[in-house]
Amino acid sequence: MKNIINVRRNRFLETSFAGGLILAFSLSQTGSSPPSGSSLPAGGESAPADFLLIGPDGTVTMIINKSEMGQGVYTSLAMLIAEELECDWRQIRVEPAPVAAVYNNPLTGMQMTGGSMSVRTEWDRLRTVGAAAREMLLEAAADIWGVPKARCHADNGMVFHDSGRKLSYGELAEKAAGMPVPVEVHLKDPSAFTIIGKPVARLDAKIKVDGTAVFGLDVKTPGMLTAVIERPPFFGGTVKSLDPARALAVPGVTGVVKTDSGVAVIAEGFWAARKGRDVLDIVWDEGPHAEISTDTIRQRYAALAQNAGRVARDKGNFGAALVSAAHRLTASYEVPYLAHANMEPLNCAIDLKDDRCDIWVGTQAQTLHRDAAAAVLGLEPQQVSLHTTYLGGGLGRRGNPHSDFIVMAAEVARAIKKPVKVVWTREDDMRGGYYRPFWYSRFSAGIDKSGDLTAWHQRLVGQSIMTGTAYARRLIKDGVDATSVDGAADIPYEIPNLLVDLHSPMVGVPVQWWRSVGHSQNGFMVESFMDEIAHATRRDPYQFRRALLKDHPRHLSVLDLAAQKAGWGSPLPSGRARGIAMCESYGSFVSEVAEVSVSPDGKVRVHRVVCAVDCGRTVNPSTIEAQMEGGIVFGLSAALHEAITLEDGSVRQSNFDTYPVLRMDEVPLIEVYIVESKGAPGGVGEPGVPPIAPAVANAIFSATGRRIRRLPIGVVEMEKM
Amino acid sequence: MISLKVNGKMYEVDASPETPLLWIIRDDLGLMGTKYGCGIGRCGSCTLHMDGQAVRSCAIPVASAAGKDIVTIEGLSAGGLHPVQKAWLDEDVPQCGYCQSGQIMAAAALLAANPRPDDADIDRAMSGIICRCGTYQRIRRAIHRAAAMQQG
Ligand code: FES
Ligand code: FES
Repeated sequence: MKNIINVRRNRFLETSFAGGLILAFSLSQTGSSPPSGSSLPAGGESAPADFLLIGPDGTVTMIINKSEMGQGVYTSLAMLIAEELECDWRQIRVEPAPVAAVYNNPLTGMQMTGGSMSVRTEWDRLRTVGAAAREMLLEAAADIWGVPKARCHADNGMVFHDSGRKLSYGELAEKAAGMPVPVEVHLKDPSAFTIIGKPVARLDAKIKVDGTAVFGLDVKTPGMLTAVIERPPFFGGTVKSLDPARALAVPGVTGVVKTDSGVAVIAEGFWAARKGRDVLDIVWDEGPHAEISTDTIRQRYAALAQNAGRVARDKGNFGAALVSAAHRLTASYEVPYLAHANMEPLNCAIDLKDDRCDIWVGTQAQTLHRDAAAAVLGLEPQQVSLHTTYLGGGLGRRGNPHSDFIVMAAEVARAIKKPVKVVWTREDDMRGGYYRPFWYSRFSAGIDKSGDLTAWHQRLVGQSIMTGTAYARRLIKDGVDATSVDGAADIPYEIPNLLVDLHSPMVGVPVQWWRSVGHSQNGFMVESFMDEIAHATRRDPYQFRRALLKDHPRHLSVLDLAAQKAGWGSPLPSGRARGIAMCESYGSFVSEVAEVSVSPDGKVRVHRVVCAVDCGRTVNPSTIEAQMEGGIVFGLSAALHEAITLEDGSVRQSNFDTYPVLRMDEVPLIEVYIVESKGAPGGVGEPGVPPIAPAVANAIFSATGRRIRRLPIGVVEMEKM
Repeated sequence: MISLKVNGKMYEVDASPETPLLWIIRDDLGLMGTKYGCGIGRCGSCTLHMDGQAVRSCAIPVASAAGKDIVTIEGLSAGGLHPVQKAWLDEDVPQCGYCQSGQIMAAAALLAANPRPDDADIDRAMSGIICRCGTYQRIRRAIHRAAAMQQG
């Protein structure tokens, strides 16, 4: 069998020890200031060549500490280094970083990719890396020529002397590696940027159009077996008894083992493993959650919403303001559990040896997942080499805070002590939990005689995703999980009396973050209820928002730009209507206007979406546009179609036949406009998602008078109009 | 033994006849460009060409692929230079990339049958292939671009 894996990882390690032909240094020696609020670890676990290698052939290898899951991070982080390095862009290669403390996210103290944070946390550090390397190359050339460094300059992978002499980075690499790492470097003024801010084609595009990009599912070392795991039909169930005989009789099946997660069938390939699993005889102990259903969860949440919860925001005096209001408005909103449904089902490959192991996995949480595997395998973290593959989508799922898909694979590897890849079927992936939580919100608003909004209350009910995770200490304060109320407790609208409170019930359904996390429900709920108030007070929904955002120039600028580009207020073909929404998330501001029509039988068609984004200083406009388009498609898919529901303890959906997602024939024309901004870089992976559901729901109201208060929209109930 | 012709090469595979072609291609032939996404013919990640038609290889028993001319993403062109692949690069289509082999194989078959597809043709031919990253708009543009390229 062909061995197709990570020779590249080995090349990195070999070249980096190959005797000074490469420029290798660690930022912790450069003395540059790390991104604010962080401290870089000094030495310790630090790898020999942390971010950059220049080969004698001039190849510049950038070691990227973020996972590439489609968001274009390999390219945008390479751009940060290249801007200062002055290298030849065509000579750049990228490599995934190994796991080491130097690659940690300074905010979380772990190596991970999420929270739309990559550019934001690496902005200073990687430009510094590029600048330091450039100075060392200049120093080397000046030394060879015996001239002052000030008379040399770097451009496109070469160092030039005023006299016209030149040397390539490849020729200088060995000598430059011996030069002192500069204590301080001067970073370019943004007005001098030649790469940052320009649209750059993805570095990983070619291997993704010729089929050679290696995802976790494609990893195969010699002799590697494939395992599929049968898990309990109910969350929290366990194996009572097992008869493996029929599975073992399937040709190709090499073993059946009981693990803490269920029963693993191991075989020479996927198909034999699956066939073996189909004929397993297992009696399950149902566990404590065999009764759970979406209906009972909904009833329980609605009942909880009658009582005050933990306060997340309390400004002015909501109670008094509501009593004295001239008009009152109340409404309840609900959104379902959602699956991530990454295109590549979860998987993890492990080769366990006596005193060490290799793991190949598409992960968003390297430190956490390596440590979790080490714990299962009885190894020290340093004995585990984790190799990050390309991710066939991340969407948050591959950063699972409980390390579920790593632990399950480690349990199998521990049991069989042979190289094994654990593959989840689509059904396993969809029914295996860790959903975006089901959320219920009760809103009330008070409006005064002149029609102004004076009081706002949102009471949320839903599971905390951070409880029981490594992030809990930082993100849960006084019983309030900050991610539950993202986009709710911090709404930018100027409302004098504001109350947001929260219930976080324990329910036996595993939950975690899903692209845009709390904003995914709160964007829909808040921006829909805001629209209800605008209509109740007979104001234009766009102007109504404007009036509440007087001192918020960045919110206003995206709102105005979206409205203007969408032709807000101008006539539309009959049957069509527009809806608007605006959300701030992850340091970025996004407003979207949707143009929809609804057929007489209630079918929704979204014709056009106009998106305006202010994500601060832009790194790669092509990526920003792609991330907005992708976020809109992802959010629209969920808004129109997606729901995970439970009945008698089991998940009703299992594959794309029962969990429909957006396809080509439903995709609207999407236009993205980027606001020119000098603000600090904001995130782009997630902020496109939150405004689309409310923009569409608000447009449906304008078109039909039907207010959407529960997702997914599905078919609009027209007859009840 | 079942004889398969894949990317112009003959293979003899020892497999039970109902095994989906997808898993023979991936696990036995080691051609990993064709992806698994659903196993029930509903996502299109496993799309390849059989006698020039775009088919879902997860839904084709290997026995019924015997003697057919099978082409995967690895065999679509020498060096990834098929007009569809070039157009994909020009439009910078891929995000995570996982669905893209299937998208490209479906688009190539569409253009072979219909050199000037309109948007409705594209909807019909491409709606079987899911992209969770939402690259659809760029895919549509790239298909139009590839069509123009082929017209020369
Ligand atoms: S894997 Fe074949 S259609 Fe999804
Ligand atoms: S590019 Fe990620 S699923 Fe299509």
